[in-house]
Amino acid sequence: MTTEPATTPARVPLWRDTRILRAFIQIVGLGVVALIVYVLWFNLTNNLRRQGISTSFDFLRRPGGVNVADAPISAGAPVTRFIWLGIKNTFALALPGIPLLTLIGILVGVGRLSTNWVVAKLSALYVEVLRNTPPLLVIFVAFYVLILPLPTVADPATPLNLFVITNRRLSVPWFESVGANASTLWWVVLGAAVVAYLIARWRTRVNERTGEPHHRVLWSIGFFAVVTVAAWLILGRPVGISVPKPAGRIVEGGLSGLGAYFAVLIALVLYTASHVAEIVRGSILAVPRGQSEAANALALSGFQRLRFVVLPQAMRIAIPPIINQYLNYVKNTSLAIAIGFSEVTLIVFQLIGNGYPAPQLVLLLMGAYLIFSLTISILINLINRRLQLVGR
Amino acid sequence: MTTIDLSRPPIDTSNPIHWARRNLFSTWYNTLLTLIFGVLGVWLIVGVLVRIFSTDLTILRVNLTNLMVGRYPRDELWRVAVSLVGFAFVIGIAVGYNGRRARLAARQAGVEFTSDGPARILRRFWPGIAIVVAILALTTTITPTLVVLGAFAALVGGYFLGRVLPAGPAIWVWLGLLVAAYGVYAVLSAVPWNSWGGWLVNIFLTIAGIALAFPFGLLLALGRRSSLPAFRTVSVAYIEFIRGVPLVTLLLMGIFVIGFFLPDFLNPANLTRVLIAIVLFEAAYIAEVVRGGLQSVPKGQVEAAQALGLSPWKQMSRIVLPQALRNTIPAMVGQFISLYKDTTLASIVGILELLNVSQAANAQPEFFGQELHLVTLPFVGLLFWAGSFMMSREAGRLERKLGVGER
Repeated sequence: MTTEPATTPARVPLWRDTRILRAFIQIVGLGVVALIVYVLWFNLTNNLRRQGISTSFDFLRRPGGVNVADAPISAGAPVTRFIWLGIKNTFALALPGIPLLTLIGILVGVGRLSTNWVVAKLSALYVEVLRNTPPLLVIFVAFYVLILPLPTVADPATPLNLFVITNRRLSVPWFESVGANASTLWWVVLGAAVVAYLIARWRTRVNERTGEPHHRVLWSIGFFAVVTVAAWLILGRPVGISVPKPAGRIVEGGLSGLGAYFAVLIALVLYTASHVAEIVRGSILAVPRGQSEAANALALSGFQRLRFVVLPQAMRIAIPPIINQYLNYVKNTSLAIAIGFSEVTLIVFQLIGNGYPAPQLVLLLMGAYLIFSLTISILINLINRRLQLVGR
Repeated sequence: MTTIDLSRPPIDTSNPIHWARRNLFSTWYNTLLTLIFGVLGVWLIVGVLVRIFSTDLTILRVNLTNLMVGRYPRDELWRVAVSLVGFAFVIGIAVGYNGRRARLAARQAGVEFTSDGPARILRRFWPGIAIVVAILALTTTITPTLVVLGAFAALVGGYFLGRVLPAGPAIWVWLGLLVAAYGVYAVLSAVPWNSWGGWLVNIFLTIAGIALAFPFGLLLALGRRSSLPAFRTVSVAYIEFIRGVPLVTLLLMGIFVIGFFLPDFLNPANLTRVLIAIVLFEAAYIAEVVRGGLQSVPKGQVEAAQALGLSPWKQMSRIVLPQALRNTIPAMVGQFISLYKDTTLASIVGILELLNVSQAANAQPEFFGQELHLVTLPFVGLLFWAGSFMMSREAGRLERKLGVGER
């Protein structure tokens, strides 16, 4: 007969040991997931093989065969070029849209809290109507009610002889490279913009250190204007302004955008701005009342109170959800497919229609949006961390 | 320096002129804003009113049935009527039963219970009433009105029935209502999904989408909060993937790709494919809503449950989830609204839902090329706007009532 050494504690049986249980349940869970993935994958490869569809990405080099309006691309260009073109068009919607919707959103959000009854009620009406309407319907309204009733291509409107307006495309005056040094000029302009930004930061620091007026807007814009004009003159006026002119069924010169493009842009900007307005309003209301009262006690004007006391504090709360709205905006640009603006989703849709394999194409499409979304998520996290460092 | 003349009474702010001077014309820029936006507002409102009362609504009258149910066989329309009445009855019982329980709880707590009078109810539900009135105003026969009256009677009857049900174990009542709701669906689904259309599809996709996505969302949320790294990784990956892509891409996947993932004897109808895509999509968003609810439960609750020696399963099902899910109700309503609006995207992949039917109506030979979008889009817009607006106000009301974020 042996006695157990006193130092060994009573052993927990295997099926009650939490460590083993935890490992076991995770293995089972992963096993179930793996099984589901395996069954789906098995079906996918099986079905593709049976229907004679390749699982490779070789089709990317074959001709796309999609017609894209106003694009310098022929139907015989490879599939990759078309996908890039679609991504570029998505960005063409995103880049002007994001600053616009921010501006409108902030104005309406502040307007809803205005003491002016008319402004407050109209802002509320705008927010409540747009926020509760499907974005696709807003796009249809913009397209069928704002864009399509415009003059036809046969009889364009040319207000001030500067714009050409038809329901097919809208054109505005734009820069035009005429000399050989045009690209040099653009690099100089870019450099000047960076330096102007640095100057604005330097003036802010001077103001913070010494208290003398910063005049940062004056300094930076003045520098930018002087450098740009000087470079333009020195390089021999390589860039001019081209005014659009109707020429038959097309428009020559200027910068043209398709009617469908403007419909999507207007609709989604207005729709997303209504959500941003609500975020801004909520954030302003979340700023303690004492802050406004203190600003009043210091005899700041209404604008100063908003600009220097309330909005900076409100924006700290509002920025992460607003960036989330940017993300929603970019994802919603995929609705342009409904009125035929060739952003990336429509291009992929048409490529599938041309007989290219749907699984790979949809995977690429999702991947493109996912890369963008994850980049924005990382950005939100960075901003959050920075705001928290500033925070009290 | 101004002095206050105490011999005069203070300015009467209830006087409209004083009110206007304080709120509209206090400074020069305020006056300017008032004038600009006043003109804009009057122009907009008058313009819309003139448009509403001057347009020829023939296109809506002719296509009303299409807009409501699409290609649902006309011989089988009684199924829609029966399910509408049945649905109203179920809702009535649920509301009445809930009111009774609230009343009992108030009595036990010694608080006076106030229920909403007709005026309050009208103020709360006027957008919904506006939808019904707008639809009935476009009908050409008496039948739809009778059906709506029947549904209203069923709602009221259900309400009073709900008030006399035994207040005991609620689970049986809710299960019974669930079965009844399935019965409503069963009556409708005797007609194959391929023939469904119109507003019916939007409502169906919204309710079915949320109901089917909820269990997955709950699992994903628990997985994301789990201490087991494998579950957490899988949940986070799924949620972030779905939230990073637009619904349209998932719908494209549903229509073009899901078929490849299934064995060949399964060839789901297009509406099923769209529903699968919506459920996959909503599960991720519901998971985030539930996660918010789980985070709102104080840590002390779990610690207290552990101190009582409850098993992890009981901690979750008896202590954490009841509190967490209660707190998620307003956000769930928000998700419901957002899905209701998103069901219009099904038109992109060819489902004949409300918006798509209205577009199709404009392509009919007798209405083609007459810019009648100005008539159809506002009508469709009303159905979506009023529903969403009413629900979002109800969500706000619930949020205040539940005191989310205040305790």
